[in-house]
Amino acid sequence: MKILVVDDEPDVRTLFEQRFRREIRSGEFSFSFAYSGEEALTFLTGHHSEVVLILSDINMPGMSGLELLRHVKHDLIPPPPPLVMMITAYGDTDSYNQAMELGANDFLTKPVDFTALKDKLHAISTA
Amino acid sequence: MSDSNMIIEGPIAVGLVWLGRRFLDTPTRLPGWDKWLAQIWKPAVVLFAIAIYTGSSIDLLADAFVLAVLWAGVGAGWKLRAYRPAWLIGVGLVPYVLLATVQLLLGIVAPQFLKANSDTLELAIMVAFIWQGIFWLMARNHKKAEVAEQQIRLEAEREKQRIEAQNLDLAQMINQRTAALARQTDELRATLSELQATQGQLIQSEKMASLGELTAGIAHEIQNPLNFVNNFADVSVELVAELEEERARPTRDAELEAELLRDLKQNLQRITQHGGRASGIVRGMLEHSRASTGERRPTDLNALADEYLRLAYHGLRAKDKTFNATLQTDFAPSLPLIEALSQDLGRVLLNLFTNAFYAVQKRQQLGEAGYTPTVSVHTQPLNGGVEVRVGDNGVGIPPDIQARIFEPFFTTKPSGEGTGLGLSLAHDIVVKGHGGTLQVVSAPGQGTEFVLTLPD
Repeated sequence: MKILVVDDEPDVRTLFEQRFRREIRSGEFSFSFAYSGEEALTFLTGHHSEVVLILSDINMPGMSGLELLRHVKHDLIPPPPPLVMMITAYGDTDSYNQAMELGANDFLTKPVDFTALKDKLHAISTA
Repeated sequence: MSDSNMIIEGPIAVGLVWLGRRFLDTPTRLPGWDKWLAQIWKPAVVLFAIAIYTGSSIDLLADAFVLAVLWAGVGAGWKLRAYRPAWLIGVGLVPYVLLATVQLLLGIVAPQFLKANSDTLELAIMVAFIWQGIFWLMARNHKKAEVAEQQIRLEAEREKQRIEAQNLDLAQMINQRTAALARQTDELRATLSELQATQGQLIQSEKMASLGELTAGIAHEIQNPLNFVNNFADVSVELVAELEEERARPTRDAELEAELLRDLKQNLQRITQHGGRASGIVRGMLEHSRASTGERRPTDLNALADEYLRLAYHGLRAKDKTFNATLQTDFAPSLPLIEALSQDLGRVLLNLFTNAFYAVQKRQQLGEAGYTPTVSVHTQPLNGGVEVRVGDNGVGIPPDIQARIFEPFFTTKPSGEGTGLGLSLAHDIVVKGHGGTLQVVSAPGQGTEFVLTLPD
């Protein structure tokens, strides 16, 4: 299962690669990384059919995670759109409602509980 | 006078003395004489009594008594000759008294001669009497004039006293006024020092207010590195467990072990790095809240601008979760360090960034299509200094407001949102504290740029 992680913090890549090293080694998951919403969109236009799940931070300079979500769910062609999980440091209801309205599939708050995330990802990949 | 007698002349003499004393005011002018003059009634009474008792007219004695009284008048006139009415009285009396004396003496020593020349003498006495009357009138006029003059003098004296009293009043009023002014000056001085203390408190509270605005941003800024620290620590425990597992295997994968060790080392470096990031933010926050120490240190404006740009951004995001902006940084790589009060300059930059974000947020709220809120910071070395430009593509500042933005307490924000001190303090810090300049260029509806220059 191909997963795109979008976050402006470069160390997120190292973190995910280590957290999911067994899954990566076994080939269950493969991760790609983008450091901004714009970069993520560019990547998706090249690999839209491959990416099953997007994990995106909301608060990023430039295009926000919510805008990226709107583009992915409404503008991106062709359907079906990938699943999108939003991650934010601000777990407020405003952001949550907005994300859900825009069609987010899940809403996680930082700090991310990797054990729970792993379970969710396993559930999606085996579904 | 030969036909006169003591019964008539006695009271007349006493009356004359009484009139004379009053007219010349002998009790004050001639007190030595007056004592005796006041006693004149005593011999008069004696003579009067003799005259009544003997039934004789005692003409000679009576005449002599009256003459004595008149001579006393002449003497008093002479004694008081400096006093014009007295002198006139004296001169007026002299012919009459002389003639009356001659008449009396002739009556004693040469009655025949007196009888023969009686008419002439009577005429002379008549003339002398008139003369005396004239002089008395003159004396009276003189006295009146003198009284009038004295009245005027008195009046003048009184006026003088009145003026003096008035002067005294005025002096007192001046004293009171001076005292009141001194009191007012003291009060004003007290108020001034109170205001200065208040100003200090205001500056501190402005600092605290901006810190409060930042709290959420700071929390976010600290939370991020802390998450990394926790995550890398967690994952390192997993790596160590995996390494132990690997080492327990009969056939060890050397390559995997090396990879795990490499990752562990990398993680520990990341932990240190993110821990340092968090403590840097805490240090910055403490520096921001601390009162300026006045100690200048070489300051890297690139780092300072970057730090406060992030703090300001996250501070605003904490309030408006949906707010998003593009941050453009253009930092000159070889920017010279500036001797500066870094926490003060941090406040200046924070203020400029906060204003920039506020301006783009306002424009965004107008709902313009295709609008991307952008805040930029640009540094470049100058000949003998550094220039920092903080720009935004926000609502801009109208020209009439541009002229006032550095005034203390001037704010366009709704009441309660701004102290109106931010830019005023920023201006003070840059211009007075660092000898730099702070200028604004703005186009309403397009954006604003603050240009900050600082000398080495």
